[in-house]
Amino acid sequence: MEKRVRFKSAWLPWALIAPQMVIVLVFFFWPAGQAIYQSFLREDAFGTSTEFVGIDNFVELFNDASYLASFKTTLIFSVLVAVLGLVISLMLAVMADRVIKGATGYKTLLIWPYAVAPAVAGVLWLFMFAPSIGVVAWALRRVGFDWNHLLNGTHAMALIVMAAVWKQISYNFLFFLAGLQSVPKSLIEAAAIDGAGPWRRFWTVQFPLLSPTTFFLLVMNVIYAFFDTFGIVDAATHGGPGKDTAILVYKVYFDAFKGLDLGGSAAQSVVLMVIVIALTVFQFRYVEKKVNYS
Amino acid sequence: MIENRPGTTAIAHTVLLLGVLAVGFPVYLAFVASTQTSAEIVQNVPMSLLPGSHLLDTYRLALFGGETSYGSRIPPAGRMLWVSFVTAIVIAVGKIAISMLSAFAIVYFRFPFRGLVFWMIFITLMLPVEVRILPTYKVVADLNMLNSYTGLTLPLIASATATFLFRQFFLTVPDELTEAARIDGAGPLRFFKDVLLPLSKTSMAALFVIQFIYGWNQYLWPLLMTTTEDMYPIVMGIKRMFAGGDAANEWNVIMATAILAMIPPALVVVLMQKWFVKGLVDTEK
Repeated sequence: MEKRVRFKSAWLPWALIAPQMVIVLVFFFWPAGQAIYQSFLREDAFGTSTEFVGIDNFVELFNDASYLASFKTTLIFSVLVAVLGLVISLMLAVMADRVIKGATGYKTLLIWPYAVAPAVAGVLWLFMFAPSIGVVAWALRRVGFDWNHLLNGTHAMALIVMAAVWKQISYNFLFFLAGLQSVPKSLIEAAAIDGAGPWRRFWTVQFPLLSPTTFFLLVMNVIYAFFDTFGIVDAATHGGPGKDTAILVYKVYFDAFKGLDLGGSAAQSVVLMVIVIALTVFQFRYVEKKVNYS
Repeated sequence: MIENRPGTTAIAHTVLLLGVLAVGFPVYLAFVASTQTSAEIVQNVPMSLLPGSHLLDTYRLALFGGETSYGSRIPPAGRMLWVSFVTAIVIAVGKIAISMLSAFAIVYFRFPFRGLVFWMIFITLMLPVEVRILPTYKVVADLNMLNSYTGLTLPLIASATATFLFRQFFLTVPDELTEAARIDGAGPLRFFKDVLLPLSKTSMAALFVIQFIYGWNQYLWPLLMTTTEDMYPIVMGIKRMFAGGDAANEWNVIMATAILAMIPPALVVVLMQKWFVKGLVDTEK
């Protein structure tokens, strides 16, 4: 879509666009270019010499067992976060769509976790599950389950999944609720007249009509789990025990700032950029077009 | 409501109540912990689930800093709250300002390389800080911006989302308004100030809520950027309070700080709920 009526000026549009362009060039393109450039270099431990090594850093990366393990960890983490988050919030949204009294109250009480920083969410959940003092850890021990996320990788993964889902429920809930409320009432009434109960109506009418929302949320949740959960991991588990919860964004940070492996970290950055670009293009190509109820 | 089924309605309320309680429990627990002493939390396992009597002591210690009963020093959260506040406001207002200007240029002018400019902004959508941390850190270090508000805010201020949102909105503004303004002799800047700006108020409010929360909740970036205590935002300051080891932590103060870190963005979401929902839906679509 284009405007029919425009203004004419040779310099004004450039002046208007300048602030954004300067920031984009300095803080996006320059560093991104640096990352790509560095990913082809290797620097010795003292930073005294660098040499061009072609795609060696990438070859090394994909032969590195800990990197592949981090990929697997990230995939497991994002699938769990996306699936659990979507199921729980869809259930809550369906219920909120049904009630008339108190619907706004429930909505307010369910959306505020969006405002909680991931790092703070990590701290809150860590406190509940801290093996020696946590209330939930204590309760689990009482029923015979020995919780210790400091030693057990599965427990640590469960901890960051719970914290990440807890924070994301509000977001999913809002979109599901909006989706449910845009389903035409006449369709549901027609199904009800034909004798379909609420359960059947949900699966045959509402859920199929929600599929664009669900699909959109699926992509957004994967992006969230991949890139926005650094704070949760850093606060709750530090990527441990061992490397059991070191997701990709955690590893790229750790290798760069703690491991000081510049070439390797730059190569990881480049891989991450490729993933984000793929996810974003995917979302724009396929998700956008489907957000039409037809 | 299609039919009256008291049974299903009761189930709906039960599920929702359970949801609300489950979502609220971690924060309730944090609040309860912040009203007890750290000794009470560590020595009575499980800790009491009812508020204790040290609410004022803990929050005074958390806000103004000082020595704890264990002798460790607590940095004042008051200063951190201020840093977070300034950062969040600058990021939110800055994003809105520069995106509005560039969207105005892209929609209302024809200039060479317009398409290229548009794509250069679009691609930043795909490069969150998390994927380019080390090189961005280097750029900021080279520009001497470490430990400054400029360094905390400027790299996060470019926003493709906001530019798109305003572009979409400007495209829906009727051309008749532009024509009328031109006939009345108004130049582009006058038109922007007197016509577009007032029309964009809703979009600006919606965007402000989302971007304020985004700015407030930054963690990784300040973690790299700041090394002096007076520039720590609160979300990052909490992390610095961990002494290591469950029993050695001043849990009451940590939880009080966590509560303090949550209140401002939570208030923004709850009080500006209408704008918040609009902002979420608009920016993500």
